[in-house]
Amino acid sequence: MIQVDNVQKRFAEQEVLRGVSFEVKQGSITTLIGRSGAGKSLLLRHLIGLDQPDSGRILIDGTDIVGMRTSELNGIRRRFGVLFQDGALFDSMSVRDNVAFPLREHTKLSEKEILDKAAQKLELVGLLSHGSKYPSELSGGMRKRVGLARALALGPDLVFFDEPTSGLDPITRGAIYRLIESTHIDGEITYFLVSHDITGVMAISDEVIMLHQGRIVAQGTPEGFRTNPDPVVQQFLLGSPDGPIAID
Amino acid sequence: MRSDNFLESSITGILETTQDWLAEFGGILMFLGSFIYWTSKPPYRVREIFRQMDFVGVQSGMLIVMTGAFTGMVSALQGYNGMSRYGAGSLVGATTALALARELGPVLTGLMVVGRVGSAMTAELGSMRNTQQIDAISSMAVAPIQYLVSPRIIATTLTLPFLSVVFGFSGMVGAYIISTEYLHIDAGAFMSGIKDYMTPNDVTQGLIKAFVFGFILSLVACFKGYNASGGSRGVGVATTKSVVLSSVLILFSDYVMTTIMF
Ligand SMILES: Nc1ncnc2c1ncn2[C@@H]1O[C@H](COP(=O)(O)OP(=O)(O)OP(=O)(O)O)[C@@H](O)[C@H]1O
Ligand SMILES: [Mg+2]
Repeated sequence: MIQVDNVQKRFAEQEVLRGVSFEVKQGSITTLIGRSGAGKSLLLRHLIGLDQPDSGRILIDGTDIVGMRTSELNGIRRRFGVLFQDGALFDSMSVRDNVAFPLREHTKLSEKEILDKAAQKLELVGLLSHGSKYPSELSGGMRKRVGLARALALGPDLVFFDEPTSGLDPITRGAIYRLIESTHIDGEITYFLVSHDITGVMAISDEVIMLHQGRIVAQGTPEGFRTNPDPVVQQFLLGSPDGPIAID
Repeated sequence: MRSDNFLESSITGILETTQDWLAEFGGILMFLGSFIYWTSKPPYRVREIFRQMDFVGVQSGMLIVMTGAFTGMVSALQGYNGMSRYGAGSLVGATTALALARELGPVLTGLMVVGRVGSAMTAELGSMRNTQQIDAISSMAVAPIQYLVSPRIIATTLTLPFLSVVFGFSGMVGAYIISTEYLHIDAGAFMSGIKDYMTPNDVTQGLIKAFVFGFILSLVACFKGYNASGGSRGVGVATTKSVVLSSVLILFSDYVMTTIMF
């Protein structure tokens, strides 16, 4: 599905990605973990083609999207759903229109069908009654959920979630995980998550990948992660301030 | 020693500024290129264009009428003051009409729209850029240039000639009132002066100018907003630069066009 091959990216003096390679299996739920500032969001932007790596390849279903023309890239992006870390909602549009946006752009549905579908997605994230509000009138967690509804609106077969549960209360968080699991179809739909919520992602992921100091330091099943002997991985899982990872 | 350093630093300063200007110019040209590319491709966002026309045109109407009227009134007063010195005071209608149609209408409309519309476009696109809304559009397989920029440039370019006509007309109403009520010029003389001396060509020239100004100001406004970086402060800086650059380019291109069409 997704193959990342030796991707490097630097900003002036700072080398953020120093040769990242990994693979995401078709139809899996794969989660990327790593410290704040490790470059997870940046890596995600590369996978969507929003940023270009300095070197390396990114293959989506075997096609290298690095340096691809926008019009060509859009053909691939049509299958994507993306939840940005801060929601990235259109603040000039109501919640309902935000969710309807991808439907208006890429389907030939009638206005009524579009609104029905948008309402259905909003119900999924528990925000049906807030459809006519504007993003500035929502709480942070509500914005995130609208972003989630928008990302799932077209029924995409590859969805990128940048921290889908951060800033949510425990009950909503549980509901979001349930939503992720229930909309995911094993073997068909691929979900790629970025998250700091170790317990949550261990429960729902098929694969976990850890990004540390610009490289992938571990990849495997949640079980394999728990028993991974690498002290870096263990310190991260335990959330301990003592260990090989220095706090800078 | 000190003057050497001063010379050196001023030369590098000038070189750097030149380099910045060239980079900026190149950036605008590339932006223009992708505007042309994406505008020529379907879907054609007619609804967005109308929405922008409403914002650029209808919502600027009152502003343009007011500024037009005052400009016409001042032009009539100043024109009369000058021309009555050699006994041509009754021709004030014709000169005001010529000035408004050929010069004041398009230029002042352009500058007013830079202030009201260009700045808003830069700020809006800049804040969309900084909150990743433009990235979100891209991620949904929609070309942001086509969705955000094309409608704004098309709408502004098409609307500015209309606003310029409104400006000119309001100006003439103002000039007429001042001339007949305050300067006691005969209404018939005022009107016939316009009829005798003004040609359709004068109006056309003004419309062409307005068209070009609309294009320049919306291109600059969108370019600056689309590429704004650095958070709220960056948006502020981009907005200021957008207004300054558009205004300078309007006056510069006005000179160039006037020379060509003289
Ligand atoms: N446009 C940019 N210019 C300069 N540096 C950047 C840019 N984008 C990202 N970085 C740097 O890259 C690093 C990774 O940022 P990124 O947002 O990917 O972190 P993250 O892993 O998503 O962190 P978090 O968990 O806090 O969201 C940071 O140090 C950041 O400063
Ligand atoms: Mg992040």
